[in-house]
Amino acid sequence: MDTLHANDIASYLDNQRNKETLRFITCGSVDDGKSTLIGRLLFESKCIFDDQLQALESDSRRYGTQGEKMDLALLVDGLQAEREQGITIDVAYRFFATDKRRFIVADTPGHEQYTRNMATGASTADLAVILIDARKGVLTQTRRHSRIVALMGIRHVLLAVNKMDLVDFDEATFDAIVAAYREFAAGFEFSGIQAIPLSGLDGDNVLQHSSRMPWYEGPTLMECLDTVDIGRGTGARHGAFRMPVQSVNRPNLDFRGFCGRIAEGELRPGDSVRVLPSGVQTRIKSILAGFDEVPFAQAGDAVTITLADEVDASRGDVLVASDNPPEVADQFEAKLLWMAEHGMAPGRQYLLKLACMEATATITEIKYREDVNTGARLAAKTLGLNEIATVNISTSAPLVFEPYGVNRRMGGFILIDKLSFETVGAGMIDFALRRASNIHWQALELNKAARAAQKHQNARCVWFTGLSGSGKSTIANLLEKRLHAAGKHTYLLDGDNVRHGLNRDLGFTEADRVENIRRVAEVAKLMVDAGLIVLVSFISPFRNERRMARDMFAEGEFVEVFVDTPLEECERRDVKGLYAKARSGNLKNFTGIDSPYEAPENPEVRLQTAGQAPEIGMDQLFDALE
Amino acid sequence: MNALEAESIEIIREAVATARKPVMMYSIGKDSSVMLHLARKAFHPAPPPFPLLHIDTGWKFRAMYAHRDRMVAESGMKLITHVNPEGLAAGVGPFTHGSNYHTDVMKTQALKQALDAHGFDMVFGGARRDEEKSRAKERVFSFRAPGHRWDPKAQRPELWSLYNTRIKPDETIRAFPISNWTELDIWQYIHSEGIPIVPLYLAAERPVVSRGGQWIMVDDERFPFAEGERAEIRRVRFRTLGCWPLTAAIESDADTLEAVIAETFNARSSERQGRLIDSDVPGSMEKKKQEGYF
Repeated sequence: MDTLHANDIASYLDNQRNKETLRFITCGSVDDGKSTLIGRLLFESKCIFDDQLQALESDSRRYGTQGEKMDLALLVDGLQAEREQGITIDVAYRFFATDKRRFIVADTPGHEQYTRNMATGASTADLAVILIDARKGVLTQTRRHSRIVALMGIRHVLLAVNKMDLVDFDEATFDAIVAAYREFAAGFEFSGIQAIPLSGLDGDNVLQHSSRMPWYEGPTLMECLDTVDIGRGTGARHGAFRMPVQSVNRPNLDFRGFCGRIAEGELRPGDSVRVLPSGVQTRIKSILAGFDEVPFAQAGDAVTITLADEVDASRGDVLVASDNPPEVADQFEAKLLWMAEHGMAPGRQYLLKLACMEATATITEIKYREDVNTGARLAAKTLGLNEIATVNISTSAPLVFEPYGVNRRMGGFILIDKLSFETVGAGMIDFALRRASNIHWQALELNKAARAAQKHQNARCVWFTGLSGSGKSTIANLLEKRLHAAGKHTYLLDGDNVRHGLNRDLGFTEADRVENIRRVAEVAKLMVDAGLIVLVSFISPFRNERRMARDMFAEGEFVEVFVDTPLEECERRDVKGLYAKARSGNLKNFTGIDSPYEAPENPEVRLQTAGQAPEIGMDQLFDALE
Repeated sequence: MNALEAESIEIIREAVATARKPVMMYSIGKDSSVMLHLARKAFHPAPPPFPLLHIDTGWKFRAMYAHRDRMVAESGMKLITHVNPEGLAAGVGPFTHGSNYHTDVMKTQALKQALDAHGFDMVFGGARRDEEKSRAKERVFSFRAPGHRWDPKAQRPELWSLYNTRIKPDETIRAFPISNWTELDIWQYIHSEGIPIVPLYLAAERPVVSRGGQWIMVDDERFPFAEGERAEIRRVRFRTLGCWPLTAAIESDADTLEAVIAETFNARSSERQGRLIDSDVPGSMEKKKQEGYF
């Protein structure tokens, strides 16, 4: 780029305003020279300042791997831990510009254990640069990277065959790699693959055409980035109007504006719109963009909209074109990438965030897991870190959505753990399972309160949790007798007994334990609905599942009783001889021995049984229930 | 430019919609000025529904204090100013205590004091990813453990524009709405939107002293002249603003915004070069961030 003079500023700024931004991701592993290539792009597009070059020279001497040459990779490997270990462990964002475009590069690690980081970088990218080491050709990792890129909805691929200097700039080597890649990628929905032979280390075909590869007549990497037609993602600008309501702006009684960023389509005052999921129809009164009222807005714009009628709408609703509304559903098939160390269990509840909507979500079924290296479909009961699967998801409230392939903003969602609040999963909706409209909840005339009143009691679920041998069942039995004597209607659900019948098909893996609790909680819920006092005696070791059970009941209906007996005491008692078996290794996944017990933080009742007759605990509990 | 602006407004609205008690850091510099302008646009016709927080080290340029008071009056927002009382009592300053100690006590510690005292759970900052290497990996919503600790390994993945803003009591989030802006974007936006800035960004004749190869402006009588040392008048301006003894000026004739943009475009050194605290030891920004610095 040439020098800019102050008197050229007006035309320069005009040009800047109209400059497109291209977001791309670079995929490759440490040894493919990815960081070096990005360093080269920054260096040659004059985005490296003198003081950064100075720092680079000193860093090159300290950490560099290129001998006397400057190690351009050090420009991009950010955190100190990464510099010292010589690896890239997170997503870094880089910025540079040419006369034609601004670029945001997501630089992500390529190893399998960083699949989630790569998916993160890919989620906002329009294009992927996939690096291949010319000496090695298409590898397992190349296939993995391409699969993730395709999964995240990227349609444009630049295949950068790097390190051509190490294969004597051989045309046949390049051609063979490209042919192999095209064959492999034929099944993906890529709209174009441009292959370029280059050397990131020396700069061949990065910005300048290489004199050492006269046989290659295609564009350089930078020429490609500058000119590739990305058609603005997935045609979001041409679809029908959709805007998730982010917040309601109500400074005074005369103004009620709905704030949000338009996800799709365009908008003018007077347009007819609906509020989903309610379906109420109205018209656009005005559109505010910043301080100004505007006659037109389109996908990507952040606006504040006022409506012609006083309709009820708030954060989580979606404003849509009246004549072309999107689907609303509460069951979906989706692709899911698991991003947490702790595995995913079907049946467990997570928070789901889609655009500005939030709901509780459960994976109802894992249809199949996909091996990210080979694409093979595998059966799976759970998902671990970095694993990808096609799943069915059910949500507590209906969601307004579009398939991810149609619109990323209306079809991409994240899952959040309900206790730790970590982001644990990222999903992409394929389509709705139309079961929601087929199952109507029967509205019955007699209700829970009426049934309980007939029995002169308040319906309750008393949930005993604690280690095996802690005294749960003993106390629950005593309590049931006492309640029965007092004329109450009860039922006792005991872990061992339920496992002999309803849950006989379940084992002791984490996924099965989650399902075990879910079923029991559902049964208890039906019984509470019948007006009964239900006593549930289950080890129920995980906080998440006890929370799930609690969430099924009305406020005050669920009484968590923590039978707090120390492990040593339980093991001393060892009523069923199970601890001895577990200690000798003959019983796997035994709570307290080789499977954790997560003690309740705030149980309604905490009973200590060590050195105390169970009757005392029962009395204490009976009083608490009264 | 439009897309950058829309992305920032979306981030600001999302933070406010999900936070219990948000606040915006206001450092009076150009990035803060842009961030404040975006916040005003995001909530117009209402004023932004949160206060501004200025961590005052007692060593800002006089022109910055004047600009701050003007902008607060103009925006109709509430300003909270906090000075570390212990640091003030002990007379901590960059000349007497060194840049590291001064920054730690008067900025990092002071910031934590103010956030704890008010119980803010969502704190807007004007950091940009193009500023420094460790910032290139910073999230838009940066999660801080109790005690404001930043653990680079415990950050949440950010896919699409979906931000997980759920936190437990004592945890906080720093939100960076202008993460994806570059220095040049900032100047172009200031120009096209007519955003008021501190005049120190434009070249003028100012009294400066050369220290360690950099021009330090003599902003008040606290400058400790060495034996026989005197201020000389040079035509200078600043690319970033902070504590005046720690912020170097550059020689420049760029006395209009247009000239500043041209100069920025042609620049051969990064703006943080003028920041004396960045180059103390390798990875120094990363270390400061882990301790709670922005």
